[in-house]
Amino acid sequence: MSNTKIIRESLKKRHLAESRFKAYGILGIISATLFLMAILSTIYIEGKSAFKSTYIKINIFYDPSIIDPEGTRDIEEIKFANYRKIIKNSLKNYFPEVIGREELKNLISFISSSEEENLMKAVLENNELIGSDKIVWLKASSTIDVINKNPEMKNLPESNRLISDQELVWFNKLVLSGDVKFGLNKDFFLKADSTEPEQAGILGSILGSFFTLLITLILSFPVAVAAGVFLEELAPKNKFTDFIEININNLAAVPSIIFGLLGLAIFLNLMHLPRSAPVVGGMVLALMTLPTIIIATRVSLKAVPPSIREAAIGLGATKFQAVIHHVLPLAVPGIATGTIIGMSRALGESAPLLLIGMVAFIVDIPGSFVDSATVLPVQIYLWKSTAARGFVELTAAGVIVLLTFLILMNALAIFVRNKFEKKW
Amino acid sequence: MGFWSFFVIFCFISFYVYWYSTTKALKFNSDVKKGQKLPSLPSYYGTHSFFWLFIPIFLLLVSWFFLKPFILDFFLLKKIPQDFLANFGGKPKMLIDTIKSTNPENFFPGTNPVIIDSAKYFHSLKIISDSYVYSGVLILGLLSSTFSLRKISVIFKARQAVEKTNINLLILCSVIAIVTTVGIVFSLIFEALRFFDKIPFFDFLFGITWSPQTAIREGQIASEGSFGAIPIFTGTLLVTLIAMFVAIPIGLLSAIYLAEYAKPKVRSTIKPILEILAGVPTVVYGFFAAITVGPFLKEIAIFFGFSIASESALAAGGVMGIMIIPFISSLSDDVMSAVPQSLRDGSYAIGATKSETIKQVVLPAALPGVVAAILLAVSRAIGETMIVVMAAGISANLTMNPFESVTTVTVQIVTLLVGDQEFDSAKTLAAFALGITLFFLTLFLNLIALKIVRKYREKYE
Repeated sequence: MSNTKIIRESLKKRHLAESRFKAYGILGIISATLFLMAILSTIYIEGKSAFKSTYIKINIFYDPSIIDPEGTRDIEEIKFANYRKIIKNSLKNYFPEVIGREELKNLISFISSSEEENLMKAVLENNELIGSDKIVWLKASSTIDVINKNPEMKNLPESNRLISDQELVWFNKLVLSGDVKFGLNKDFFLKADSTEPEQAGILGSILGSFFTLLITLILSFPVAVAAGVFLEELAPKNKFTDFIEININNLAAVPSIIFGLLGLAIFLNLMHLPRSAPVVGGMVLALMTLPTIIIATRVSLKAVPPSIREAAIGLGATKFQAVIHHVLPLAVPGIATGTIIGMSRALGESAPLLLIGMVAFIVDIPGSFVDSATVLPVQIYLWKSTAARGFVELTAAGVIVLLTFLILMNALAIFVRNKFEKKW
Repeated sequence: MGFWSFFVIFCFISFYVYWYSTTKALKFNSDVKKGQKLPSLPSYYGTHSFFWLFIPIFLLLVSWFFLKPFILDFFLLKKIPQDFLANFGGKPKMLIDTIKSTNPENFFPGTNPVIIDSAKYFHSLKIISDSYVYSGVLILGLLSSTFSLRKISVIFKARQAVEKTNINLLILCSVIAIVTTVGIVFSLIFEALRFFDKIPFFDFLFGITWSPQTAIREGQIASEGSFGAIPIFTGTLLVTLIAMFVAIPIGLLSAIYLAEYAKPKVRSTIKPILEILAGVPTVVYGFFAAITVGPFLKEIAIFFGFSIASESALAAGGVMGIMIIPFISSLSDDVMSAVPQSLRDGSYAIGATKSETIKQVVLPAALPGVVAAILLAVSRAIGETMIVVMAAGISANLTMNPFESVTTVTVQIVTLLVGDQEFDSAKTLAAFALGITLFFLTLFLNLIALKIVRKYREKYE
């Protein structure tokens, strides 16, 4: 065998190895992309149904003898009337065959308990309703909602189905006569947490996140920009500034939960600040976001060409004036981009907030920085830890909302960068 | 005076002080009789006066924010009748907490009238004290800024003074990073030392049972609880290993492809996609691990006829690995791109194919950087919380079997500290002992990684 032949054969092998190696690389990228797509599609599939909910059409008779027996139209009287009974009577009319006490109880559990309040509000708004008949769509309870969204569950044995055979018969009757529909789940966007999946909403935690992030921004942005300006432009090169730099780099890599421990030990136990409050959450997240913004500030200051500084100093400005009047304004787009990215990271952060009590079950929508509140990712965690079946789709829907906010923030960051950042 | 009315008044006064001082300086300059002009621009005199207003107010308000709880407690304790306090039969702290949590408008029937009175007093005190403090600091600030007005003269160089203050403020802001680190270290060490008072250090570090159940009542059976952290450390190790098993091959292969094979256009589309993986909040990964991956693995296990825990280390670690991919790929990509082209050209010149060049020249040259990337990823995996909290178990099993449920350091910290807790029990303090282990471990990994990266950069730049 000649040398050329040996080489030709080995070359074939080596070229095969070459394309194999390249294929591995492509495989790596494909699998990473597939993982990403799997995560996003799972969340979309699980969560999209939470934005709609089941409504049941019922003819409600606003019985004067229940709402306002005296006929005085007294507000207190109307407020505390037994609206559950009104719904019950209407259901009784729909299902004349149901008479037993226990059965009626099961029947009325078809309707979400939040509808009693809605009926009350309708009556308060319009007194004329009392004594009249009206066809309304009432929100179904979570179990009915789950069955309606997953029709295949009807074929399961009774024990695995959430509702009994008898309830299924009633439900099928409602479906057949066209009295069941899907509508927009408004409660999801307008309410805070609840023990009932169909009444739980995301607004409370969105506002909690908003207050928390506002505190984070107010505290971390000025401090971080100041620190970045000092370290990049004005600091003398000495051991002290080196030490600050090492500290900042390390803080950027400290696990987030450690900041939670810091918040618990110092802000809550030492300083007695309120538990579960956005102000403390904001302080903890601010410490966590500081390094991100400091680093972004330094990078964008570094990108400003030295000629700007030299020109300013040449015209008689002091070093400080040159930096504040000329260099810093040119670095603003980069700093803004870094800040938005830091904020979006803070928005997704939940571990440190668990430790300072922002993990409580909170039904009220927070109205200030010291009200008990929870934030979006923690709300997702809370819903995930709840056993009821209806919370699964809520959890995924919460994730969708969170991701939407993150995408918006990152899009804003990209927009700011492309629109305002100057390439030198 | 509420905070916002204070804020509005403060803004007004600031503008007024700035304006007044600036015009005073302007007048001084235009006053021909004096003959000499001020050494700095008039606006610097304005800024100087503003600092004299702002700095005392700011310092006082910050200290008020932190001292308020203590001062209120002090006054509240003085208000409570001595005999009631003596008869309460608990610590005064408990009584104060009860009073604070009582709403005087809407209390439980049967609440002691003394408590209701004190609660009323406390709530009015909370509002009144704020308005006293706000008015007080405003008056003080005004006084100090009028004092600064007297300094406007030819011998006072306002610009130098203002710039010096500015630089000091900037230094103060930079020092916050140090303060935070010191705060972390001290709070962790302080609480951890209290823990080691109760539990010997070596029992914690080398004990093999972890069941942090402490007694609610004195003398209860099994009241001690045992705090051997070995099962937690092995659990963390197992989850991290699984994560690395997923992340290192995928991350490294992606990095090789991106750095060596991909055309610039492909690179600029794929890199952001990989980076999205790092931007997805960890709670989302946790949800994915618990809802999708866990049940999926279970089905596979049933199909092959073996059993797997529903909160297995495999699910948590695997999903964590997905999260870690971009950390490895982007840093490795950077270090491989930084390898000088001359090395590659030399390899091609003696007849090596591209893959041979990568394997035998580029990778060895980039190895320190790749190792640093892996170390950083490991430290990220160890400190990761939400994925394991949502998808890994709570009970500490001393096992290396990936199909079983294990617990990690971060999971234990969360479980020990979420919810109401007595702050001096070994159970809650144990979280700080775990926290300090975590802190120093990740710090150590990061320092090594940064050192390697720095050394490597010096070599090629």
